[in-house]
Amino acid sequence: MTAAITATGVRKSYGSFEALRGVDLEIGEGEVFALLGPNGAGKTTFVEILEGFRTRTAGEATVLGIDPERGGPEWRARLGIVLQSAGFFEQLTPDEITAHFASFYPKHLDPRRVVDMVGLAEKRDARCKSLSGGQKRRVDLALGIVGDPDLVFLDEPTTGLDPQGRRQIWEVVREFTSLGKTVVLTTHYLDEAEQLADRVGVIIRGELVEVGRPREIGGRERAMARISFSLNGTLSEVALPEVGGLIDAADGVATVTTDRPTAVVAMLARWAEDHGVAELPGLAVSRPSLEDIYLAMVAEAGEPSDGGQL
Amino acid sequence: MTALPATPVFRPNAPGRILRLSWERTLIELRQFFRTPEQVFFTFLLPVLFVVIFSTIFSGEIEGPPGVEDVEFAQYFVPGMIATGIMSATFASLAMTIAVEQHDGLLRRLSGTPLPRSAYFGGKIGLALFTAALEVVLILGIGVALYGVNLPTDPAKWLAFLGVFIAGVSACSLLGIAYTRLIRSSSAASAIVQPPYLILQFISGVFLQYSAVPPFLQAIASLFPLKWMVQGFRYAFLPDWVAVDDYGGQWNVDLVLLVLAGWLLLSFVAARLWFRWDRTGSA
Ligand SMILES: Nc1ncnc2c1ncn2[C@@H]1O[C@H](COP(=O)(O)OP(=O)(O)O)[C@@H](O)[C@H]1O
Ligand SMILES: [Mg+2]
Repeated sequence: MTAAITATGVRKSYGSFEALRGVDLEIGEGEVFALLGPNGAGKTTFVEILEGFRTRTAGEATVLGIDPERGGPEWRARLGIVLQSAGFFEQLTPDEITAHFASFYPKHLDPRRVVDMVGLAEKRDARCKSLSGGQKRRVDLALGIVGDPDLVFLDEPTTGLDPQGRRQIWEVVREFTSLGKTVVLTTHYLDEAEQLADRVGVIIRGELVEVGRPREIGGRERAMARISFSLNGTLSEVALPEVGGLIDAADGVATVTTDRPTAVVAMLARWAEDHGVAELPGLAVSRPSLEDIYLAMVAEAGEPSDGGQL
Repeated sequence: MTALPATPVFRPNAPGRILRLSWERTLIELRQFFRTPEQVFFTFLLPVLFVVIFSTIFSGEIEGPPGVEDVEFAQYFVPGMIATGIMSATFASLAMTIAVEQHDGLLRRLSGTPLPRSAYFGGKIGLALFTAALEVVLILGIGVALYGVNLPTDPAKWLAFLGVFIAGVSACSLLGIAYTRLIRSSSAASAIVQPPYLILQFISGVFLQYSAVPPFLQAIASLFPLKWMVQGFRYAFLPDWVAVDDYGGQWNVDLVLLVLAGWLLLSFVAARLWFRWDRTGSA
């Protein structure tokens, strides 16, 4: 697999605030990569460094073999960019602006088809200023792909859209990736990363804390199950048993996190019976969702501190 | 041996491509311009409106020395308004719209594409040239049709007119592009552009006779292009005695063109040094 993107030790400081603390990453050609992280994690900073919009403070990067700080129009012709936010050509229609952007590229898709593809057929002749947020986002997407790029950056393509709008954008991204194109998208929605990406990189406070297939992210935590039950009546008065796992009691609920849930449930059942309780009240066994894992990662990394910022 | 199909090499900066894209940009700029009512009104129709209002209110004559024919006020006023209209369609219009494009990320969007930067400016110059020319035609048309303005008959005067037009449009367009550096947010654009421009109109003798402007203000006006454009267009429309009365003797069209060329050069350098593609504050 040839690399579409390489980053080694990429750092970015805004004054004394370190927004990226040394990111190493390689993204292969034809890969769909999702950069997942909470607000302020550094996703936009990283992506815009790759797009050549921001300079890096340290480290090396190549995008389609070129250092983004030195990319010229030939390089730009191979890239599609959907910025997190950018002003709009309010007075133009989706058809007009898409055709206009198409004219910049040596080989481009049929602009009308692209407008259809992003689901704006009905609004093709409406001024952009009259479009809804979701419709504007689709225009962004149309402008990002009309040049038939080899690599597309999508910075939070679906933030602020309703579920239906998100799904439509996903469809377009899928159609585009099915052509073997490379896609780098950022998102703070886990389901989006799971739906679209071959690989996910979790970025928190400027650090890439984990990279892997969506199913593998948070590997060890994923194997863990959570058992919980209510502590009322007799059970609230007796000591909790030794179950070989972490046991937590708060607000009248006991929680055990363990990789051997069956054995622990058996032990808990015996313990309850010993205290004359036949049925553990509110017993539940659950596996963490990717969401839980991700939230745990974010929590573990701590809340973003504003210490470095003036 | 079969010949491989020639793969066309992409030459982003080929002159033909830059020309074609400058044209595309001009068309889209014009489309955007004429669909934005505020822009059309403030940078395009306002000078025309001024012609109507002023020519209607001040319908008198400017008296010359004994023995010469008086000059209708409109004959004096219209060439000044042509100069102002050009400055409005170039300097003011470009400075304000480009500032918005810089601050609201529209230029950022364009700079993420293989559009050559020269083609972006090509489109701006195309827009300025077209709107300025239309402005001139409108003001002249109204002046001639409603206020009895006489068009020059001497071809030399038309040539001077054309020269001042081209020099004025180029210098003021580049000045507008450079001037965006002073605009710090898109909402501040018209506040930073309009007042200096309005003051220039007064001290350059657009709304009143140039000789009525106090000498020290005349001296200030002489530093800027508008005064010279007004003078150049007045040369084309007025008899020589007005220059004696108003401009201390002669029309000095050569000097007019020289000063405008100086401003053209200065603005070009300033635009090169000061222009920024991305002022969204996120570089
Ligand atoms: N131009 C800038 N100047 C100063 N600080 C910035 C700038 N851009 C981003 N930051 C800060 O860097 C951090 C990362 O921002 P960003 O890359 O936008 O994160 P994300 O896209 O993940 O939300 C944030 O704390 C943000 O406030
Ligand atoms: Mg962001």
